[in-house]
Amino acid sequence: MTPQDDQRLLEIRNLKVQFALEEGTVRAVDGMNLAINRGQTVGVVGESGCGKSVTAQALLRIVPKPGEIVEGELLYYRPTNGDGDNLHVTDLAGLPANGDEMRDLRGNEIVMVFQEPMSSLAPVYTIGHQIMEAIELHQHVGKQEARERTLEILQRVGMPQPSQTIDSYPHQMSGGMRQRGMIAIALSCNPTLLIADEPTTALDVTTQGQILELMQKLQNDFGMAIMFITHDLGVVAKMTEYVTVMYLGKVVESADVDTIFHDPKHPYTKALLRSMPRMGVKSRRLEAVTGMVPDPFHVPPGCPFHPRCEDFIAGRCDAEEPPWIETEPGHGVRCVLYE
Amino acid sequence: MSSTNSPADVDSGRSVRETPLLEVKGLRKYYPIRRGFLSRTRGYVKAVDGVDFTIQRGETLGLVGESGCGKSTTGRCLLRAVDATEGQVRYWISDETGWTDIYQLAGEDLRRFRQFAQMIFQDPFSSLNPRMTLLQIVGEPLTVNRLASGEELEHRVADLLRRVGLRPEYMKRYPHAFSGGQRQRIGIARSLALEPNFIVCDEPVSALDVSIQAQTLNLLQDLQEEFHLTYLFVAHDLNVVAHIADRVAVMYVGKMVELAESDDLFDNPLHPYTEVLMSSVLPPDPRIKTSQIEMTGEVADPANPPSGCYFHPRCQYAEDRCRHETPELREVRPSHFVSCHRAEEITLQGVI
Repeated sequence: MTPQDDQRLLEIRNLKVQFALEEGTVRAVDGMNLAINRGQTVGVVGESGCGKSVTAQALLRIVPKPGEIVEGELLYYRPTNGDGDNLHVTDLAGLPANGDEMRDLRGNEIVMVFQEPMSSLAPVYTIGHQIMEAIELHQHVGKQEARERTLEILQRVGMPQPSQTIDSYPHQMSGGMRQRGMIAIALSCNPTLLIADEPTTALDVTTQGQILELMQKLQNDFGMAIMFITHDLGVVAKMTEYVTVMYLGKVVESADVDTIFHDPKHPYTKALLRSMPRMGVKSRRLEAVTGMVPDPFHVPPGCPFHPRCEDFIAGRCDAEEPPWIETEPGHGVRCVLYE
Repeated sequence: MSSTNSPADVDSGRSVRETPLLEVKGLRKYYPIRRGFLSRTRGYVKAVDGVDFTIQRGETLGLVGESGCGKSTTGRCLLRAVDATEGQVRYWISDETGWTDIYQLAGEDLRRFRQFAQMIFQDPFSSLNPRMTLLQIVGEPLTVNRLASGEELEHRVADLLRRVGLRPEYMKRYPHAFSGGQRQRIGIARSLALEPNFIVCDEPVSALDVSIQAQTLNLLQDLQEEFHLTYLFVAHDLNVVAHIADRVAVMYVGKMVELAESDDLFDNPLHPYTEVLMSSVLPPDPRIKTSQIEMTGEVADPANPPSGCYFHPRCQYAEDRCRHETPELREVRPSHFVSCHRAEEITLQGVI
């Protein structure tokens, strides 16, 4: 095993998730590849319906019915006995979704913070109760100790007055406090991978900054990897080291964050970056991406972006699936322009 | 009209738009808090707590602030979608009628006003009736006001759909067949049906995807030019507001804390809250490292706001006076209004 390889935490290989609906089959994720190293922050970017959230659900094996993983591997590397020398590889896609092993991983080693903190916390239990539940379940400790650890974790996520907040209900807290509570639940069991699905989208801009800083600080303290799912390019630029751009279930480009923003290759990535209004940059008109995102039952043949693409080549882009091309090490793009 | 330096009195703006369309004075909207068996009123949530401003004909006034600051309520009060508790909202509807205070209107006059001013909503999924076709949705304002029916109605709806970039053949379909961006266009077509002069756009692009946002903003600008529309653009996204607005007003806990020409506001903010807001925006570029100004505490409770300046408990420049005296919105530089005691003394960081 090469040194780089023992840093490997997760590898998604050719993941395909489909939803068989009455109107037809939706290929929500259609051949996704992604690797995450220990302690790394990877951004998954795309618009609604691109498959970024379904990828996260597949990792936790919580894809809602009738969706199912039809192909691919979700390789999770875990140390066998804590010394880190021997890595034991588990294919999460092969485990029963509700089996003991998956239940032990979910919410313990692989955890998730959702977008809407109000609807992802139970309204009838105090925040303390919900954190203690996770600790008692996964770490097999008693009530007293669980409460002590809960207080500690509330302190670490910067909850104001933890000794009082621990007995508060979600409706008594502000949006920022609730999201801190969600993060506290997620971090209560020392995870190796935190999946953050649009964690700040529902928050005000000043609160967003506080939560992102908190996540960076906690990542330093706990050393977990973060998979950051978002459509917000500002958040991506601030938080991530490596970025994967998705469009209609497919990865169209991936590279380190600086390359994505300063040397993007795929016409979709370029168009997205150009279309954003920016404070301090005055322009009369925005360079909008033309057309609409196609509906998932009628994904265009060939490259799914071709009907909206400025560099569209008739007879190629609408006929054949574009290959995955490495333009330089670590920078891949799915587009015939780079053949 | 009195001649104090309140923004409602000054025909501000170096641009050509010198004719006011709308004037707001002392606007307040209080929601009673009722508790207990007898539902006694125990206090008020001061959603909008005394704001003054004018909107010039043909301009876009951006209204920004965080959730709960009263920006949407202000927009609704301007249309009498909710009734203000106090204050004046006057429109210059036509040169014959002169100023019209919409809170004095009733019956037929109020109905006529509703043709003059319209609204575009945030959520294109919940603002369209799923059981109505596009023809019914877009044509409803025309039917209700008995302005068109039958073939004439279809003709007008087809025209409206074309104006917003939708195919008229879609007229008989239902909203579920359309994407978020297309639905927002349907909402825009409906708001244009009565040929209004003024539109309150309440977060019109915040539910849309990035690639669709730009299209929609361009469409709103094109329509503004074509139909000489005036917009109040309510939004929380400063990037969007900086792009579309001619002037920008910033609200905090029911009060307007700053109002200026867009470029001036972003280059030289005068209120500490505006500075914090701008420092929180993340630039879409990993090479630009910004540092957000830390703000202590939570947003003030609009039912029980702090004394003096509402922002003082979170303001890094606050001094004793800020705790006791409520600052007035005043013109510190030409066309640049701010409500801060220390506006002249402190230098704030604008957009880099």
